[in-house]
Amino acid sequence: MHEQKTPLIRLAKRGVMSPGRMWAIRGASFIVAILIGAILFLCLGHNPLEAYGTIVTGSLGKATAIRQTVKLAVPLLGTALALAPCFRMRYWNIGAEGQITAGAIAASYFALFWANRLSGPVLIPVMAVAGALFGGICALIPAFFKARWGTNETLFTLMMNYIVIGIVRWLQGGPWEGKPGSQIIPTFAKSAMLPKVFGIHIGWIIVLVLTVLMFIYMKYTKHGFEISVIGNSENTARYAGMNVGRIIMRTVFISGAICGLVGFVIVSGANGTLYDSAAGGVGFTAITVCWLAQLNPFAMVGISCLLGVLDKGADTLQTRMAVPASISDIITGIFLFCMLGCEFFINYRIILRGHKEAAEK
Amino acid sequence: MNAVILLIYNAVLNGTPLLFGTVGEVLTQKSGNMNLGVEGMMYMGGAVGLGAAFYYEKMAGAAASGPVAVILALIFAFLAGAVGALIYSFLTISLRANQNVTGLALAIFGTGAGQFIGEYMRTREGGYVAISNALKTAFQSSPFPKALQSVPVVGQLLFSYNIFVYIGFIIAIVMAVFFMRTRKGLNLRAVGESPATADAAGINITRYKYLATVIGGGISAIGGMVYIMTIAGCVWNHEGLAGEGWLAVALVIFCLWNPLNAIWGSTLFGALMILYMRLHLPIPDQLYKILPYIVTAIVLVVVSLRKKRENEPPASLGLAYFREDR
Amino acid sequence: MNARVCARERVTQLDEVHAIELRNITKRFGSVTANDNISLTIDRGRILSLLGENGSGKTSLMNMLSGIYYPDEGEILVGGKPVSIRSPRDAFENGIGMIHQHFKLVDVFTAAENIVLGLEEKGKFDRKAIAAKVREISDRYGFGIDPNKKVYDMSVSEKQTVEIVKVLYRGAEVLILDEPTAVLTPQETGKLFEILRAMRADNKTIVIITHKLNEVMEISDEVAVLRKGRYIGRVKTSETNPAALTEMMVGRAVSLNIDRPVPVDPKPRLKLNGVTVVDHEGVVKLDHISFTAYSGEILGVAGIAGSGQKELLEAIAGLYTIRSGNITYTPEGAKPQELVGKTPMQIRQAGVAMAFVPEDRLGMGLVGDMGMTGNMMLRSWLSGRSIFVNRKGPTELAKQVKERLEVLTPDIEYPVRRLSGGNVQKVLVGREIASAPSVLMSAYAVRGLDINTSYTIYNLMTEQKQKGVAVIFVGEDLDVLLELCDRILVLCGNRVSGIVDARTTTKEEIGLLMTRVGGGREDA
Repeated sequence: MHEQKTPLIRLAKRGVMSPGRMWAIRGASFIVAILIGAILFLCLGHNPLEAYGTIVTGSLGKATAIRQTVKLAVPLLGTALALAPCFRMRYWNIGAEGQITAGAIAASYFALFWANRLSGPVLIPVMAVAGALFGGICALIPAFFKARWGTNETLFTLMMNYIVIGIVRWLQGGPWEGKPGSQIIPTFAKSAMLPKVFGIHIGWIIVLVLTVLMFIYMKYTKHGFEISVIGNSENTARYAGMNVGRIIMRTVFISGAICGLVGFVIVSGANGTLYDSAAGGVGFTAITVCWLAQLNPFAMVGISCLLGVLDKGADTLQTRMAVPASISDIITGIFLFCMLGCEFFINYRIILRGHKEAAEK
Repeated sequence: MNAVILLIYNAVLNGTPLLFGTVGEVLTQKSGNMNLGVEGMMYMGGAVGLGAAFYYEKMAGAAASGPVAVILALIFAFLAGAVGALIYSFLTISLRANQNVTGLALAIFGTGAGQFIGEYMRTREGGYVAISNALKTAFQSSPFPKALQSVPVVGQLLFSYNIFVYIGFIIAIVMAVFFMRTRKGLNLRAVGESPATADAAGINITRYKYLATVIGGGISAIGGMVYIMTIAGCVWNHEGLAGEGWLAVALVIFCLWNPLNAIWGSTLFGALMILYMRLHLPIPDQLYKILPYIVTAIVLVVVSLRKKRENEPPASLGLAYFREDR
Repeated sequence: MNARVCARERVTQLDEVHAIELRNITKRFGSVTANDNISLTIDRGRILSLLGENGSGKTSLMNMLSGIYYPDEGEILVGGKPVSIRSPRDAFENGIGMIHQHFKLVDVFTAAENIVLGLEEKGKFDRKAIAAKVREISDRYGFGIDPNKKVYDMSVSEKQTVEIVKVLYRGAEVLILDEPTAVLTPQETGKLFEILRAMRADNKTIVIITHKLNEVMEISDEVAVLRKGRYIGRVKTSETNPAALTEMMVGRAVSLNIDRPVPVDPKPRLKLNGVTVVDHEGVVKLDHISFTAYSGEILGVAGIAGSGQKELLEAIAGLYTIRSGNITYTPEGAKPQELVGKTPMQIRQAGVAMAFVPEDRLGMGLVGDMGMTGNMMLRSWLSGRSIFVNRKGPTELAKQVKERLEVLTPDIEYPVRRLSGGNVQKVLVGREIASAPSVLMSAYAVRGLDINTSYTIYNLMTEQKQKGVAVIFVGEDLDVLLELCDRILVLCGNRVSGIVDARTTTKEEIGLLMTRVGGGREDA
């Protein structure tokens, strides 16, 4: 019935791979992503070198451009850091968008209604705390149901996004509306704006400090240990006497609080006001940053800068070469696909017919 | 009475994109693949479907025929979603990547690609992409004769929808029969429940997973096209489309992986989406509009509270399979 | 239908004697060589036992016949012709069917649906016709299964029956059974063997993978032995004895006696009284369990899989909410205390340790992605006031466990997921013993271990017993329970059906208790 033939392609699990080879494979996938992007530009009738050149010069060519790129990277990094403990715990928080917005709402409340009662040095910390608290609470709702009844958190956190953004739309057109009929919330007073260092609001310092803190938190603290154990096996965590539900809620609250803080940075540092798309997709893109960095906070710095470059560069691309800016989402997607795919080559070996493989060490 | 009929009528119309999205994802999930990229695939389907109808009319000019435009839009929307699902399948089935993250990546990629195509067409075609009224009629009016539509009550309730409503119903019913009454359906369910069992029974897991996911993605994507061509009035409107795909994923849980439940489930959600226009309550419209999302959240909680053997998701949902795993 | 007819035709062309011939088969997994250049012939109409320790490569070898694995080198001949078995489907077409140790059944399907799964028969999908055919096969060998019963409602032995019918339905002439008796009571085992003999009479070829010597002696015509992936040899069952087989299996003469000292000064350590637990779906998982575990003795727990063993240990450890009843714990030289209502952490700190080895070995007490240090930390991570974890103590402990139990690992930070099964279990059991408990509960501690490592574990248990620890030992192998324990508690249907003296009871008595629901008898 069958001729004597071995299968064309077979797979086998690999043993442990050296870190050097592992990063070489990841690097190669990066190059593959750039090449696929180049093909895309070719299809659109643009010279890929020119397009990539435009992206780089548009985002890093001038001091003002660099500032704007950093401004884009800051919320991305902050949110990716926030998501890291959730993902380590295998809790799929895709509600960062809503948590950022919730934080932005709370911060805006103080900026709009307390600016004349509190002085700058008090107002800003109050806004930050309020933002963190609100972001945390927004994240806590789905976490509570997850911990209690195992409710699907992926979709619940996502629904929270639409709910929170809906609330902002209502505030915009209703209670907080500036000029009647404008659908716009007024700009914050000066005292509610984050100070600047090197011409960029101090959000960048906040997130860099957070990077170090998050690294320590995940690697060296008891909380970090608990998170890793739960991510690996909830059963083992229970066996070790951990209160799984409480730890889930605590971790997700912290995650949401950092998102809320990012929301505060966005309204108080970058925008100076609140609108429905304040988060602007950061909550989703940060998921990819987090994953590409393999949950390593320091790697997140690099990757969020890279995506910042892509994002800002895509804007320049739109003005100079009339390529819609959504190209940056497509390229981000391509990067992510390539990085996800490359893990396969780290974990498996491919054996082609006719090739006898030597026993691996 | 009239208001109720109108509400049902509009609920069905507004629920149809969701119906496609949900039924496609049910097929995908039955094979054990949790594809969270429905949002992305619906965007791609919407943009490509619109593009297919638009460019067809541009080429055919006055000779453009409505039914051909509908068929082309269906085919291209399906293909767009299938391509997205193919990327997902390759990564998760062949390369065994994490399904959640791959799905999210597809959502980002797909929404980007959909918007890109929508924008690109707009800028190239001088700022406006729309099809002629003659063609719009083919997309938006009922395939049944006028006489049948004007039968009181029954006419509007049963015969006055656009063609996609009926296609959606047929797909849902056919799929339910496929799952419960055919060998291939049994095999597919086994793949989703326990790939190791299906494999040992000689079922080609890879083929079933690929086919279910790619066809499911294509069906989901048609939902995006239906939204653009019926509700959004044949112009690219990414604001309106936003969130449909995610609601569809939630609806899969709501309808307990049964395509027949998706029919009334999508209608219910269609009703929730337009309720603010039909039933006036003393709350601001903007808050009224988040009702479907709140209901979805509540539904998720209720589903998690009530656990029954037959209502569980496919047992291996979200897990990669490698035969030689030890 | 087609596959079956095909298989029949093929069979008539078969070589008279050799049903299957394996030639120079080699299979590697990463750096591990599971089968090293193995040649073996399987004769028609006979029952062949494939004997070897856990990890000797028996299952891997047979998986290459059933299409689960593909050999790296060597060839397979069916009926004298070289074939390539690339998938389970190819195996069916060659008339080979395998009943895996972990049943490959879809829980939410009926028996009939599972049986026809994956078959591409022509014509309508007629459930009635299928059910009729299933009944016909079932009656021929005296199985008696209900085609419309859902798998999740079935007992283990019913599931096994479905697996066998599934293979026969596909027209298998060669049946491979992987450790078929591991989950059966002695009575069920007897019934299975009758069926196998009936099939042999029907000229079917049967291969049984096992490591149980008494079964080899009872059922098989011939025995082939593997050791550490190598083929050692084959003998006629009538010309050998258990001692000789053990020597072939282990490579040297082994005394199979477990040292069992008489308990010294036993005192009630843990007393359960009417303990009842209910899971979140409202199903009663433990029904009025009462017994006493004494210091300085090993209390064995026997029962069919899923009779409440897991829940019993988890209830004592505080992981299950107890609906009614109480658990009184009396540590050495201290006052009795009530465990019900305490958190798992408090119970554990009071000196009750648990080592549960689940089927996948990880996931219940171990973190696969962490090294030994991280896993040792699971016991101590909360100690100290600092917000940081203390790694020093666990690192020391990891080194000690590694040395004392001879854990084979390149480094104590090497992920335990990548260790071999025996070493994983040593890490788990070693950690629990290291906490110097006064009650040590272990479940399936020797699951999948080779004989030497198993004996290391038995010795560790006995050592603990001699230190005055109350040991509760949940086991699968009745022979081991009979030799290791002082008393054996039998669970049946989530109740205690009896407590017997291990020194005087018989396997048959325990077998009867395993299937007979007794009351919640008070243990005197």
